[in-house]
Amino acid sequence: MPKEPVAVVGIGQTKHVSARRDVSIAGLVREAAVRALEDAGLTWADIDAVVIGKAPDFFEGLMMPELYLADALGAVGKPMLRVHTAGSVGGSTALVAANLVSARVHRTVLTLAFEKQSESNAMWGLSLPIPFQQPLLAGAGGFFAPHVRAYMRRTGAPETVGSLVAYKDRRNALKNPYAHIHDPDITLEKVQSAPMLWDPIRYSETCPSSDGACAMILTDRAGADRSPHPPAWVHGGAMRSEPTLFAGKDFVSPQAGKDCAADVYRQAGIGDPRREIDAVEMYVPFSWYEPMWLENLGFADEGEGWKLTESGVTELDGDLPVNPSGGVLSTNPIGASGMIRFAEAALQVRGQAGEHQVTGARKALGHAYGGGAQFFSMWLVGAEPPTR
Amino acid sequence: MRDVAIVAFAQTDHRRRTDELSEVEMVMPVLHQVLDATGLRARDIGFTCSGSSDYLAGRAFSFTMALDGVGAHPPISESHVEMDGAWALYEAWVKIQTGEADTALVYSYGKSSPGEVRDVLTRQLDPYYVGPLWPDSVALAALQAQALIDAGDTDEAALAAIATRSRAAAADNPHAQIAGPVPAGEYVVQPLRTGDCPPIGDGAAAVILAAGDTARALCPRPAWIRGIDHRIEPHSLGVRRLTESPSTRLAAEHAGVFERPVDTAELHAPFTSQEVVLRKALGLDGSVTVNPSGGALAANPVMAAGLIRLGEAAARIHRGESDRALAHATSGPCLQQNLVAVLEGESAHA
Repeated sequence: MPKEPVAVVGIGQTKHVSARRDVSIAGLVREAAVRALEDAGLTWADIDAVVIGKAPDFFEGLMMPELYLADALGAVGKPMLRVHTAGSVGGSTALVAANLVSARVHRTVLTLAFEKQSESNAMWGLSLPIPFQQPLLAGAGGFFAPHVRAYMRRTGAPETVGSLVAYKDRRNALKNPYAHIHDPDITLEKVQSAPMLWDPIRYSETCPSSDGACAMILTDRAGADRSPHPPAWVHGGAMRSEPTLFAGKDFVSPQAGKDCAADVYRQAGIGDPRREIDAVEMYVPFSWYEPMWLENLGFADEGEGWKLTESGVTELDGDLPVNPSGGVLSTNPIGASGMIRFAEAALQVRGQAGEHQVTGARKALGHAYGGGAQFFSMWLVGAEPPTR
Repeated sequence: MRDVAIVAFAQTDHRRRTDELSEVEMVMPVLHQVLDATGLRARDIGFTCSGSSDYLAGRAFSFTMALDGVGAHPPISESHVEMDGAWALYEAWVKIQTGEADTALVYSYGKSSPGEVRDVLTRQLDPYYVGPLWPDSVALAALQAQALIDAGDTDEAALAAIATRSRAAAADNPHAQIAGPVPAGEYVVQPLRTGDCPPIGDGAAAVILAAGDTARALCPRPAWIRGIDHRIEPHSLGVRRLTESPSTRLAAEHAGVFERPVDTAELHAPFTSQEVVLRKALGLDGSVTVNPSGGALAANPVMAAGLIRLGEAAARIHRGESDRALAHATSGPCLQQNLVAVLEGESAHA
């Protein structure tokens, strides 16, 4: 039997900020969930199951928080799953929820991802203690900076490309009321004169630490028919993983990312992603990952990604807008960041992205990655139901 | 729904400490055992899913290194739940139901030895109102046990008999951590004595799932998953009736447990008193063989003990010792979240 088509009919986010001291963890997730239900015109009783995701439990100091959050998310008496696939988790969580619908196990599923990073210090939460890791890496930036340097060496990209990404994403964020960083006085000079944090990554080219949650309501064809707003349809979704370290690992363009994109494009019938995809929400926690992922995802040939960025193709009014929402560089509740990418892609094809709407977006890609550039999750959503 | 079966199961010998083993080293042998049993190689597997907890490992992203044990190159389609491996099996079962995979490798592991698991599990509790009081897992189970005694559902002698029966059964289980005659011991938290509590230890387990004819080709007598479901209850102990387990009952109804009697039940009841709750919720009488493996009272590697119940039930079907078995897994304080599956051998109702 062919799979049931999956529609996104509700999306809810919190206003992402550095610290939501006014709400508990339960209050934070419920805010996003209620907004998603309102968007879908549904109530808690319409939800068959809840799939929740977040990054390491140490970020809040709460082990397996789905247990404590069962009440706040209306899950009592229902199935509740908790996904954790490192930074890609927000995307993976949405895909696990989508599978429940496409397999016809459930009709309508609430999926949600969150992080309340103000409860701890994420950088040190990510820096594993000896003997697991040498005490040099100091957070994700320390891990990824050498791979950015490798990309620059390999492609000969000018040193300024990273700052262009940050400047673009922070300006896009000004058009997104939910984005964390709103800096109306942003200038390219300001980005380029920020202190160097993890050479070659400047402070201005790194993601913030945010408190935030993102929720989506996924449903089947019959559910989509009842939706008060246009749904986004899932045309393809996939996850791929590879080990953190192994002989032959390409940190600049990991094989798992290429394979994951190829699987999604195959499912969605995409032959030329550069021409057929109208908007991309990709996981760019450090500016240089935009050109790197443009190549990894097949939007540019190897060594050519930075040219798309430099020539303005990825600007909001460019030919291939990347991160019209402002991206991870502007908003980063880590466990939710992947789901925000997936949700923002859905907002684009629903025509509900407001000021950061890409005109005429019909197909959009949501992308997330995590761990040592080893876990990938992606989905492609469209304004029309899938035909294959 | 596609017919999906457990076609292979392996577990470690569960031990109090495994200081000499990393998680990868603990997981690899069981992964190889299930692959060898089916003749599959890592690259033949359609989907891989694991369950574990960073809080046991004491480090973020602990599951990323365990992936080394799978041999995930070329890259694999893979996911992870921060839950007992029974829920990883559920996610894999859903994946196979989508038609995107025909086989799945599921594994989970937990090392309780590096920390004080009684204290660690308090970090699961409401972080504002309950967690700060550090009520440990034995204390909470004791509240539940006392409620059962007060309600007339059991008494200390009956609990001791559950412990005795479980450890006697475990004598036939080469992987068990404790087996044979075990003294009831002193109270740990009244009314629970040492004998009523699970051993603390380290262990891992792995399962291979396969659909339809693939399953038949890989296993002489596949353990078909006729139904599987899981449900959660409110978190706060104060709003739950601790002597009952409505989530277990509901999951069992959805899994089809009550359509025909089962001959075997593998229950994830870390404390003797929790077997009483589960038997009541599932309507199990004396005709059902409960926990022939010894259950969690014989070995309780946290995060793997639920998956092991599914594996033990399947293994009995593989060996022809059961035709229709119930498997149960739990998570959270006092049985907050429960999963129930019904497994059958092919000839059970031909």
